[in-house]
Amino acid sequence: MNAARLRFVRTPTGLVGSLLLAAVVAVALLGPLFAPYAPDEPVGVPFSGPAEGTPFGTDFLGRDVLSRVLWGGRSVLALAGLATLLAYAGGIAIGLAAGYSRSLLDPVLMRAADVMLSFPALLFLLVLVTGAGTSKAVLVIGVALVQMPLIARIVRAATLEQSVRGFVEAAVARGERTSAILRREILPNIAGPIAADVGLRFTYAIILVASVNFLGLGLQPPAADWALIISENRSGLTLNPYVILVPAALISLLTISVNLVGDAIARSLGISTARRRLVR
Amino acid sequence: MTDLAAPRAAAPAARRRRPLLRFVLRRLAAAIATLFVVSILIFVGTEVLPGDAASAVLGRTASPEQLAEMRAAMGLDRPAHERYLDWLGGLLTGDLGNSAAGYAAGGESPIWDEIRPKIVNSFILAAITALLMVPLALVLGILAAMRAGRPLDHAISVSSLAIISLPEFIIGSLLILVFFSWLDVLPPVSLIPPGTSPLAEPKALVLPVLTLLGASLAASIRMVRAGMVETLNAEYVTMARLNGLAERVVVGRYALRNALAPSVQVFAQNIQYLVGGIVVTEYLFNYPGLGKELVDAVAIRDVRAVQVVALLIAAFYILINIVADLLVVLLVPKLRTQA
Repeated sequence: MNAARLRFVRTPTGLVGSLLLAAVVAVALLGPLFAPYAPDEPVGVPFSGPAEGTPFGTDFLGRDVLSRVLWGGRSVLALAGLATLLAYAGGIAIGLAAGYSRSLLDPVLMRAADVMLSFPALLFLLVLVTGAGTSKAVLVIGVALVQMPLIARIVRAATLEQSVRGFVEAAVARGERTSAILRREILPNIAGPIAADVGLRFTYAIILVASVNFLGLGLQPPAADWALIISENRSGLTLNPYVILVPAALISLLTISVNLVGDAIARSLGISTARRRLVR
Repeated sequence: MTDLAAPRAAAPAARRRRPLLRFVLRRLAAAIATLFVVSILIFVGTEVLPGDAASAVLGRTASPEQLAEMRAAMGLDRPAHERYLDWLGGLLTGDLGNSAAGYAAGGESPIWDEIRPKIVNSFILAAITALLMVPLALVLGILAAMRAGRPLDHAISVSSLAIISLPEFIIGSLLILVFFSWLDVLPPVSLIPPGTSPLAEPKALVLPVLTLLGASLAASIRMVRAGMVETLNAEYVTMARLNGLAERVVVGRYALRNALAPSVQVFAQNIQYLVGGIVVTEYLFNYPGLGKELVDAVAIRDVRAVQVVALLIAAFYILINIVADLLVVLLVPKLRTQA
């Protein structure tokens, strides 16, 4: 793991990605401290171009674009981050259970994962919104649920491989409890394949959260959110391009840098992500 | 007595003789089973979860009596399993039900009439994108693999890794900014009058196709490159090179064929991926297709329409999988004995 850490810093994509990611996360987290106006405060004529005090102009309600963008990063990071954490918690638990139990549990869980993967992630989210309404909880749980099967598959495969190793059999022979074996013997040894995937999963969590918000089926106005800002100002694109350009650039930088970091982590562990399945 | 025993003994032989047919039938059966489970999921997701289609139609000001009346008109007052069986029966006999938008307008409007032209529009958009994606991904992916580790490969690999990270609505918005706001050569919305084919408005198709192509092409290039790099490192390729064959022949005659089978699955995955992307793209460009219909139906919580459109998209998604499996089996005869 230490050698891998060293290789990670030495890859140019890892270094560039980490720096970019740190910059975007800083804007998202610290932005509100530097915002000149409140995110819902009208300061001028709708869709006016850059002027003194409003360097990126105003949006469709005459609110300051800079301030809204500085406020609008927290929701993306928080929702996608929570969804990814939840997906990993569930995915690792399901994968360990399926991979370690030599019972009917394994095929049942894996067929359930197959069904989840048999239709587009966005479709699942839209069906969920139709039934449960638009809310942050629905968005987070929905995005976590569509990512879970892919994580569970990877964890299951890695667990199967480890569970026949000598040290696991030795632990079983010592009479250790299953939960202790999973936590102390198996989990540390499957950390590599799990870590190789984190970047990709977080990227798609961000893309899914942003896409649902863009469709107007996630966060509701007057929330300041990068994707929602792009969605609600589409009609004024020609009058004030910055209202689209600035949040679009920030979302792009965020997803690209997360993906670059993830790719560098995978490479430094000697795993290629080129064939990993995408989720959308 | 011998008459009865004979067919039984012949059965395994028949099994061996028709492996392809058996394979197709087995996949179809699995697909129908999956679709059945998916239909239950869609029904539970839209109707059993809290939230009520009747109150969505009438709004918050409706009185309890009005609500009860609307629920009875829409058939929502019966138990969930009965409604599911009714819905499924309707689907199987071709009656998709009426949309909530129709109830809101005071009458009954069949969903099928609303979505039929949209299926065609979405299919045109997806087909054009897929037809452009496959050859482009093969050429660029193979080119990158042949120059693995050199500047051209780095350029293709890094830019595809970057593009793959972008949501469709960002790619699309940036394209609109360039081709509409700055260059003013292409329309920002796909204005296609009802009753006309999108093919009659080629200008309206360009940006949606480019948007969809962006993410799916980048992903396919990465996968084709990975497969090709692996094949080019195989022993028989080294052998062919040692025999003094030209690189053109080595790639074209030996490596390409073997890299093609995994590529078919890659393309299937990316065409499926396109099915998800089409929802966002159609909404962005106001393109009158199934994806836009779905988003609109979700926004007004038109449960019946959501169910039908979601099931149609899921069916298409599963169909792509079967076609890809079949193509792979046709390309690699060895696989016919398995799965």
